Amino acid sequence: MSNNAVSTTSTWAGGKSPFKVSYGKLMMWFFLLSDAFTFSSLLVGYGAVRYSFPSADEAMMEQVRQDIPFGTDVHHMFEHTEGGFVGHMVNEGVFAETHWPAPELVFNHFPGHHLHWPLMFVSLMTLILILSSVTMVLAVEAGQRMEKKKVELYMLLTIIGGFMFLGCQAWEWTKFIGEGAKLYTNPFGPVTFAALFFLVTGFHGFHVLSGVVINIVIYINTILGTYEKRGHYEMVEKTGLYWHFVDLVWVFVFTFFYLI
Amino acid sequence: MSNDHGHHKQSFISKYVFSMDHKMISKQFLITGIIMGVIGVSMSILFRLQLAWPETSFPILNWLFGDQWAPEGRLDSGFYMGLVTIHGTIMVFYVLTAGLSGTFSNLLIPLQVGARDMASPFMNMLSYWFFLLSSIVLMSSMFVATGPASGGWTIYPPLSALAKAMPGSGVGMTLWLVAIILFIVSALLGGINYISTVLNMRTKGMSMNRMPLTIWAFMLTAILGLLSFPVLLGGGLLLMFDRLAGTSFYLSDIFLGGGVGALEQTGGSPILFQHLFWFLGHPEVYIIIMPAFGITSEVIAVNARKPIFGYTAMIISLIGISVLSFLVWGHHMFITGMNPLLGTIFLVMTLIIAVPSAVKTFNYLATLWKGSIRFTNGMMFAIGLVSLFITGGLTGIFLGNAALDISLHDTYFVVAHFHLVMGSSAIFGMMAGIYHWFPRMFGRTMNKTLGYIHFWLTFISAYMVFFPMHFQGLAGVPRRYYSFNILPEFAPWLDVNVFITLAAILGGVAQIIFLYNFFSSIFAGEKAVQNPWQANTLEWTAPVEHLHGNWPGEIPTVYRWPYDYSLPDADEDFIPQNVPDKGSSEEIHVAPVTPETSDAKEPKEDNVMLFTLVKNWLGLGKA
Repeated sequence: MSNNAVSTTSTWAGGKSPFKVSYGKLMMWFFLLSDAFTFSSLLVGYGAVRYSFPSADEAMMEQVRQDIPFGTDVHHMFEHTEGGFVGHMVNEGVFAETHWPAPELVFNHFPGHHLHWPLMFVSLMTLILILSSVTMVLAVEAGQRMEKKKVELYMLLTIIGGFMFLGCQAWEWTKFIGEGAKLYTNPFGPVTFAALFFLVTGFHGFHVLSGVVINIVIYINTILGTYEKRGHYEMVEKTGLYWHFVDLVWVFVFTFFYLI
Repeated sequence: MSNDHGHHKQSFISKYVFSMDHKMISKQFLITGIIMGVIGVSMSILFRLQLAWPETSFPILNWLFGDQWAPEGRLDSGFYMGLVTIHGTIMVFYVLTAGLSGTFSNLLIPLQVGARDMASPFMNMLSYWFFLLSSIVLMSSMFVATGPASGGWTIYPPLSALAKAMPGSGVGMTLWLVAIILFIVSALLGGINYISTVLNMRTKGMSMNRMPLTIWAFMLTAILGLLSFPVLLGGGLLLMFDRLAGTSFYLSDIFLGGGVGALEQTGGSPILFQHLFWFLGHPEVYIIIMPAFGITSEVIAVNARKPIFGYTAMIISLIGISVLSFLVWGHHMFITGMNPLLGTIFLVMTLIIAVPSAVKTFNYLATLWKGSIRFTNGMMFAIGLVSLFITGGLTGIFLGNAALDISLHDTYFVVAHFHLVMGSSAIFGMMAGIYHWFPRMFGRTMNKTLGYIHFWLTFISAYMVFFPMHFQGLAGVPRRYYSFNILPEFAPWLDVNVFITLAAILGGVAQIIFLYNFFSSIFAGEKAVQNPWQANTLEWTAPVEHLHGNWPGEIPTVYRWPYDYSLPDADEDFIPQNVPDKGSSEEIHVAPVTPETSDAKEPKEDNVMLFTLVKNWLGLGKA
């Protein structure tokens, strides 16, 4: 009955990590796995609520796209309509309690002008976050070559990218709230649209914020030479894992909230 | 690598309070779990008094809960629901998740895989303190003016989402959610640690197919927790917003009775919450029972003096249970108007999960078959688990059928089923573990005679309490009712309720014997010898005196699986895992690899300030 004949030199034989990683990195992976389930639960919740409402009528949407092409000055166009652009859409029945609003009509602003630029701003946000992931990769790579100065530079860029993303999000929230969207009211249609938007992007933003804080701690440690003395930059790598994860989650949030 | 960990001077605070030693943390979990268990069991006896003698006045209730909750010695109906809710919460999460998994994963994982401590002792310490904080927050909800959460431990909206739905939906419910969120943090910190330790820190020769079944069970339990608790976190977050911020994720067009009025917000669905809750809730029952299975596997094999029957089958069935447990949550929701096709899928999955469960039970029985059984206290409880699990499991086959579930749902049949299959049997697994590893934890053994009395009283009362409930449930007696004496159709069951309550009191008294035995044995029990049960696993090779670092000198190398009992040509009837094969021509080839993590493993200083801990954790300390 015994199984003594087991080879003890194999990967799983004990005395070493089967994945050739430190326990810290393994823990980060497991944490991210569980965090992925947290976000999944929120996104599944979003899906359940989202698909209990029909989308805006496609023919109507086509008409709106013809009437208000890209780059229209909506501020000027609806100057004399009560409630402006949103009021017009409510009157036309494009925004109604009974169906889910089209994100391209809700998120059509861009700082500095009043032109109709649907989803351009959120695309810019996404680009910034993805670029900050690129600089993070460069920081990790520089760390593996033990180039302290390069790590410092790329960590700084990543932190700046994170702050820019958070700034963009703050602007978008301010705009959305300014138009009357709250956790419990929503001029664009069903209240749960606004509530879910604030909750999920807020929860993601909280992750970005904590990521930025961790990045700053890592940045300071890099400057102080902590990792230089330690002989490896694994902490940068672990933080990088977290940062990429936050980036990946945004891709899903972006897809579900803005594209579908 | 210095190994003189035993000689460090430790202050009282660093040794007993903010300890980072996994053995001390496991004791902290156990003691907290026992305290919560006493509270939870007492609550059940108190609300059983109401069920048995609904019109009788009990001065003790008035003395305990005051005029608001027990006027004239009779429980208030809202507070009755509060007691039921908190009893369920305490037993499921605080006793059988943290108390069971927290205690034995912490104690056994490093000792049985041959590691000096957990992967991250600091996170391990945090895990306990979050758990304690969570327990305190939960218990504090008993002291708020509107009473504790009262919507049942499953906290279904709208009772949990609308603060005005019933008194317990107020602050008590908010505190419940805060407590559970803290609990989830604790469970995740612990779970990440357990998995990383098992995967990364096994000693030389401890391959995955030489791990004791306890470790397999703890690891898979931790994986289940890691994947299911976050979903409750997400669900709880949405519920928190519904309660506090005016959203309506879980609220559709609901009118409250009594003229409270319709809601402003609509558009959500209470069913969504049930899905999110049971996606945790069902794996949760396996989070509870799998560590108990692991403990039982070990205790039965040791005390039957036989290799565990079907070691590989045991592992495969554990993995099977883990995977399937994520695919069956819908069987809690058969009557929510679920699509019949979906209901059928959940039905089939539910019945399939009976297969690995049955494999485990038959393997236990086959291990006992023709063994030289030593009826130690631990062994008695382990066999008790098998008995209760079979009895409770059989009714699961009834409840898994969607058609039958329509009439059985929310009756005492369900209460009987889950109390036997995962309540009592997990408690028995926990007791088996406590009696078996008490020498390892405290260096003394518990009194055997008191242990027998404890076992028999508990075993008999468990059946006396829960067996009659099956018949009540079949007759349609619903659960969570405050009083049955205004409903004439339930009158025949009043006498049975008296019987059940008396049996519950008997079970409670039995636990007093256990408490006396446990606490007196810590200080005055018989001194334990090195390997009191003549077991093979590594924890018995470590000295009885607690060392921070577990083994003086080298960590033992493992040469065999843990179940070499009663080998025909061996001198003794057990061969510990660290004994090399006699006359084996095959030399054990182990590459002299130092575990890459060994530097982090060495507790550098034992007497550390919290500030230093935080500094090191942030990476600002000396490298």
